[in-house]
Amino acid sequence: MSVELGHFALILAFCLTLPQAFFGLAGAVYRKPHWIALTRNAVVGHFVLTAVSFACLMHAFYVNDFSVLYVAQNSNSELPTIYRLAATWGAHEGSLLLWLLAQATWTLAVSIFSRSIPDVVTSRVLGVLGLISAGFALFILTTSSPFERLWPAAVDGRDLNPLLQDPGLIIHPPMQYIGYIGMSVPFAFAVAAMLEGKLDSVWARWVRPWTNVAWVFLTCGITLGSWWAYYELGWGGWWFWDAVENASFMPWLVGTALIHSLAVTEKRGLFKSWTLLLSITAFSLSVLGTFLVRSGVVESVHAFASDPGRGLFILTFLGLCAGSALGLYAWRAPLFRTNTGFAPVSRESFLLINNVLLVGATLLILLGTLYPMFLDALNLGKISVGPPYFDIAFLIPMLPMVVLLAPGMHAGWKKADFGRTKGLLLVLLAVSVVAGIALALVAYGWHSVMTVIGFSLAFWVGLSALVDPVSRLRKGHSLSAGVIGMSVAHFGLAVFVLGVATTQSYRQEMDLSLRPGQTAELSGFQFTMTKLSDVKGPNYEATEAEIRITRDGKEIAVLHPQKRIYRVQKNPMTEAGIDSGLTRHLLVSMGEPLGDGSWSLRLQYKPMVRFIWMGAFTMALGGLIAAFDRRYRKRVTADDAVAAADVKTV
Amino acid sequence: MLRYLIPVGLLAALVAFFFVGLGRDKQTLPSPLLGKPAPAFSLPRVDDPTQTVSNKDFAGQPYVLNVWATWCVGCRQEHDALLAIAARGEVPIVGLNWKDERDLAQQWLRELGNPYVVTAFDQEGRVAIDWGVYGAPETFLVDSAGNVIHKHVAPLTVEIWEREFLPLLKQQAVSR
Amino acid sequence: MTARQRRMLLVGLMVIGVGTAAAFALNAFQENLLYFYSPSDVSAGKAPADRTFRVGGMVTEGSFQRPAGSMEATFILTDFAHNVKVRYSGVLPDLFREGQGIVARGKLAPGGDFVAEEVLAKHDENYMPPDVADTLKKQHQKEAGGQ
Repeated sequence: MSVELGHFALILAFCLTLPQAFFGLAGAVYRKPHWIALTRNAVVGHFVLTAVSFACLMHAFYVNDFSVLYVAQNSNSELPTIYRLAATWGAHEGSLLLWLLAQATWTLAVSIFSRSIPDVVTSRVLGVLGLISAGFALFILTTSSPFERLWPAAVDGRDLNPLLQDPGLIIHPPMQYIGYIGMSVPFAFAVAAMLEGKLDSVWARWVRPWTNVAWVFLTCGITLGSWWAYYELGWGGWWFWDAVENASFMPWLVGTALIHSLAVTEKRGLFKSWTLLLSITAFSLSVLGTFLVRSGVVESVHAFASDPGRGLFILTFLGLCAGSALGLYAWRAPLFRTNTGFAPVSRESFLLINNVLLVGATLLILLGTLYPMFLDALNLGKISVGPPYFDIAFLIPMLPMVVLLAPGMHAGWKKADFGRTKGLLLVLLAVSVVAGIALALVAYGWHSVMTVIGFSLAFWVGLSALVDPVSRLRKGHSLSAGVIGMSVAHFGLAVFVLGVATTQSYRQEMDLSLRPGQTAELSGFQFTMTKLSDVKGPNYEATEAEIRITRDGKEIAVLHPQKRIYRVQKNPMTEAGIDSGLTRHLLVSMGEPLGDGSWSLRLQYKPMVRFIWMGAFTMALGGLIAAFDRRYRKRVTADDAVAAADVKTV
Repeated sequence: MLRYLIPVGLLAALVAFFFVGLGRDKQTLPSPLLGKPAPAFSLPRVDDPTQTVSNKDFAGQPYVLNVWATWCVGCRQEHDALLAIAARGEVPIVGLNWKDERDLAQQWLRELGNPYVVTAFDQEGRVAIDWGVYGAPETFLVDSAGNVIHKHVAPLTVEIWEREFLPLLKQQAVSR
Repeated sequence: MTARQRRMLLVGLMVIGVGTAAAFALNAFQENLLYFYSPSDVSAGKAPADRTFRVGGMVTEGSFQRPAGSMEATFILTDFAHNVKVRYSGVLPDLFREGQGIVARGKLAPGGDFVAEEVLAKHDENYMPPDVADTLKKQHQKEAGGQ
């Protein structure tokens, strides 16, 4: 396989998006079944060709074909095979190709798993997805081809950025991209609904599983990214409010709002235009994220080598995509007004508040991320917005949201009278507050009121998430996947909150210098440097310290943090030594030699930090379970759906 | 229904701002050296560690200093252009081999051809720091008075040479 | 209470809630804006004396000092027109080197030194913090204009 074949396949893949878009959209307008069938064929063809194209690039990495510029820039013959393969998406060009492949996969999935959806709707959705694929394929072909040859060939490659030589990188970007691009599916459904001028409960039922799955991937992607930054950047931070992180977090927040708003649209036929707006926004923010990362308009450690030409293309794409969808929205949304009401205390109200708060948080993060750029664009000076702003700005809307989550989960539609659950919830609240105070005082020592609030909220949400499944099981009722998924996801949120509250309140860190034989103490643990040695990796050399950690004379762990110098790029890298227990991490990172045989070190104690990622993955698991609810696979009419909504409670 | 137009309006404002943001060129690095005397250096030659090369060797004539390394892909890209420019004989090109291995560098010059009149070997990158080198390849033009008059970051091409370097060289020749 | 009154109450409470939240958020925003100054700005006394801000420039060759075995480092940051002496105690970033562009976050000490809480270095060979690049460029333009 040669990269020329890959390039050719990519060109053909681009060509196929055009009939996919045309026959998809026109087939739905003129109701021509064979046009619709043709659309599906184009989808399959596009997927196969994109996959071939991607495989060709990967093959070039596998065989060390340094006559390919992209390979020469991002790989090296000494690079271990698994990283050589992962290097395929290690930089801008290849990651875009991965992005296109993810888009092709989603489109194929929609085309295959849409038996419960009328062909006309599927056809429109595939058409819209075709337009998006066309944009991305064109982007790669015109500004970012990974298939350019280098002549004469390089003797060896420039090597993959050492930061990216890590198992986390192998899975984090694909997850992230699949999640980002998955948001194009609800977007396409929204555009299809607006084109048709029809949006009902059934529509929401079609969109919900897709939105859930995309959200699950995005959740996993962000979580893996946080985990990767935590141990690979070497300094123990798990979230930095970096512009690029924010860019991935904003679509997630809006996606979360969308999942909840879709529930209302499905069950009650309400919030229709709001749901449309969220569908459009979630995907637009994904594209915006891409723009921010790849155009160089914001300052970030994650930024790809920037190129204004690429930035302009994505900006135009964003303008066209989001602009036409929002224009369509301005025209069509008035059609979807509903007059059904609901009581101030009802499931609808709770979900409305949830949505307002999530979108509010998104706007505050957007403000913090873009404000420096706005000032700069207006020549009003250079500033940056510090992480403390984001901490506070995010906490303000999230605190009431988590508080209201527990009653919201148990509120009935239309008008909630909590009935017997009211007493139970109050009991749980009292128990949680006591447990929160007790945990703070007994296990860790008093820190602040916020810590106690965090602990209590975690307990309250966690316990009330279990109320529904437990009571239904005791009565012998069966549980739908939807209910299980919701409970699991909310329980995951509780775990996450517990992790964040503990880590942020009780973490400790210390910078100090140590030489072999010396001991330092942090949080009751003694860190002794027993020796320093030089080690050699496949493509790097490192200084390795051996740190023996003891507590009250008992050995806890022996860590081997390293300071690596990668041979080709000569960049130093900090490889932290981490002792990971369930309830705490101990980290040792090496700074630099201080001249007299000692090294500067950073020691960290991070209680419950693992709960942060466990909680996030649990949320993702909940979303996944809910996506497989049986009702999404049934072909239903609008009347059935509304009737069902009146009977069921979730 | 004006309120349905709000989202598209917000988007337009956002895109407009980004457009302005994009137009601002943040990437070109100024060289603090421009118009100032070239930093002095004296380094072993890449082909023969016993001999040294210094900028005094070129006093009184313009020359080009090209920073390169065998690990640098951009250097590979521009190599043909350098050979072509060297063949024109307009100005001597001095190589500064940066953070590299001597045997690899010698092999590179043997296999790909040598556009340099002489190449200095800067293994620790000390001289490169004096010259404010951010990455390879970078190319400097030094005039006959020993001042840096131009700096190009990124691979050189014959077109760039003719557009950016040659006019400066001609001016030099005229004013002399 | 009638349904209407209840609704008004609810709306009222929400307005108060949103208002308070907005006030908090804006306050946090104001307090956490970090302004960026060049060494020239700092020398000219344009930088605030009591507030955290960021300063960026190149680490002057040969200016880095740290007693053996100590964590207390000092170095000089320059934009090729003026210098600022920076003090920093702690682990320096991997890519900190003399002759490199860096950004430091911290406050001015009474003596005029800049005490950094955090030092950020550029992340790869071809990257320079845009703030620094911009400062250096402006400085260069100014010099070119003056000559």
